Amino acid sequence: MKKVYLVADNIISPLGFSTEENIENLRLNQTGIKKVDDDYIWSEPFFGAVINNDKLSTAWKIVSNDSGYTKLEKMMLLSVSKLLSENSSLDINKCGVVISTTKGNINNLRGHSDEKAYLASISKTIQHYFKLDHTPVILSNACISGGLALAIGKRMIQSEIFEDVVVIGGDLLSEFTLSGFFSFQAVSTAPCKPFCKNRTGISLGEAAASAWLSSNKENVTEEAISISGDASANDANHISGPSRTGEGLYISIKRALKEAGVKSNQIDYITAHGTATPYNDEMEAIAFNRAGMQSVPINSLKGYYGHTLGASALIESIIARHCLINNELFASLGFEELGVSESINVIAKNHKKELTRVLKTASGFGGCNVALVIEKEVL
Amino acid sequence: MIKEKYYISDYCAIRDKKVFKNGDELYIDSESDNLKDFAKGVYKFLELKYPKFHKMDELCKLGFLASEVLFRDREKIDQDTALVLSNRSSSLDTDRKHQTSIMDREDFYPSPAVFVYTLPNIIMGEISIRNKMKSENAFFVTESFDADFMSKYSEILMNTGKASDVICGWVDLDNDKYDVFLAFLSKKGKKELTKEELNNLYNQ
Repeated sequence: MKKVYLVADNIISPLGFSTEENIENLRLNQTGIKKVDDDYIWSEPFFGAVINNDKLSTAWKIVSNDSGYTKLEKMMLLSVSKLLSENSSLDINKCGVVISTTKGNINNLRGHSDEKAYLASISKTIQHYFKLDHTPVILSNACISGGLALAIGKRMIQSEIFEDVVVIGGDLLSEFTLSGFFSFQAVSTAPCKPFCKNRTGISLGEAAASAWLSSNKENVTEEAISISGDASANDANHISGPSRTGEGLYISIKRALKEAGVKSNQIDYITAHGTATPYNDEMEAIAFNRAGMQSVPINSLKGYYGHTLGASALIESIIARHCLINNELFASLGFEELGVSESINVIAKNHKKELTRVLKTASGFGGCNVALVIEKEVL
Repeated sequence: MIKEKYYISDYCAIRDKKVFKNGDELYIDSESDNLKDFAKGVYKFLELKYPKFHKMDELCKLGFLASEVLFRDREKIDQDTALVLSNRSSSLDTDRKHQTSIMDREDFYPSPAVFVYTLPNIIMGEISIRNKMKSENAFFVTESFDADFMSKYSEILMNTGKASDVICGWVDLDNDKYDVFLAFLSKKGKKELTKEELNNLYNQ
C-alpha cells in the first residue's frame, strides 16, 4: 500500500498564524485561552480561545482586498493561502480537497439570510477563491472531523483517486456552540484541565488549519512523516456520552495499530482528545489501558487551544508531525494531579525525547472515535 | 489492495409521504400534514418498539426509519457495516431550533436534548446504537447527492477491509422538505455498484 506523507501544514489560531509561531508558543507553555469579554459571543465574561478580529483583519489584508468574507472563511482561506505560498510545488487544483467543519458559518443563522449557514457554502467559497475545477467535499462528523478528514485523505490517496490531498479544517467559537455546551453544564469556569483531578469541563476555542498529504516522496522537504494507520469506530452506546468501556476508541486504536503493523509498546507518544470533561477523560484513560498504553507519554493540547471542534484533531496531528521532526514533547497544560481511575502517563514538563511514532485519537458526540498512527521514517 | 466487485443489494427511499423499498411502494400516508405525524405513522406501520425513537429530532427519525426499512427481512447486520451518509442541509433543521432558543437573551432556554442533534452524524450514532454497529461512520455535506464520491468512498472502505458492508446514502431535511435514500452495499446482489446505478436508483 502506498505511503501517505504529511508534507506541509499551517495553523491559524490564537497562538499564531503560522505553524512555527504555534510551536514557539507551545514551547513557552503559552495558552490561547483567556477571559473573553465579548458580548457578541456571550453576555458574561467566559474562558475561551478566540482569534483577535483586528489581528485577523490585518493578516487578511495582506492576501486579499475583499472584505466580504465571514471570520471563519477568512481564517480558512488565510490558512490555505499560506500553505500554498510556502509550498510552490503544491498545485491545489490537482489535489483532492477535504474540508472538515462541524458548524461552519453558524453565526450567519442569526441574520435574515442564512445562505452562508449551509455548510456547502464553505466549499463553494474555497472553490471560487482558489479557482478549483471541482467542488471540495465537506466532512462534518462532530469532534473527530479533523482527524477523520486526514484518514479520508489518506484513503483517497491509497485508492489512487488522487496523488495529493489538501485537508482544511475550521470552526468558530460561537454563541451557538457555547450555549449548547453550557446547557450540558460542560463548560469550565477556568481554563480547562485535561486529565486533571480538578477538571470541571471544557474550554472552547476557534482555529483553522490546513495540511498537505502526498504519496510523492519528492514533495517531502523535512523529515518524512507518514500516516501509517487509521481507523474509526462507533461506540454504539450513547449519542452524547462516551462509552464507559471506551469501546469505539479501543477498537479504533487496535485497528490503526494493526494497519501500521506496530504493537502498542512501539508508540512513543499519545496526543489525546482530552476535552477535560470528566466522562471523556475517564473513557480515554480506560481505552488506553485496555490497549496496553498506560505508560506511554500522553498529553492533550486543549489547555492551549481550547476545544476547536472540527479543527482540533487536524491541529493536534499537525503538532504531532512537528513533535516527531523536533523530537520534543509538550506539557499537558493545566494538568496537576491525575484525575482518572486508570493510570496514564501525563506529560508534566516540556522535554526532548527521541520519537518515532505517535498515536492521535479523537472522540465525539454520536459515539464516534478515530485513531491515527503518525510516524517518522527511520533511516 | 483487493479490488472486488460490489453490489447494491437493497435500497430504500422516503419521499413525499411515501416509503419505498427496492423500488416498490411500501407505505403511503395521505392523512398526516406534518413530518412528525408522518414519521410516527411509518414507525407504527413498521411495528417498531423502540422508545428512543420519540426523543430523536426529525432528521434522525428519517434516517432511522430508512435504516429499519433497509434492514427488514435481514437476519443479522454485521458489526463492521459502515455508515456513509450525506446531505445538503447538515442539521440545520435542529440548528434553527437551537438558535431560536438563544435568540433572546432575556428568554434564553438552550436545551441539551436539542443541542445534541445539531450535528448531522448523530443519525449514524442512533442507527449504530440500535443495530450494535461498531463501525466506520462518515457524514459528508454536498450540494446534491454525489453518487460518484459516495460509491468511491464506500468501495475504499470495503477494499481496505475497514468495512464488511456499507450503508451509503442521503438523509436531508430542510424547512419541512425531506429526501431520504439509503443503499446497502455488499459483495452480494444483482445490481452492480456503479455511480450510474446508484444515481439511477436515487433518482427512481
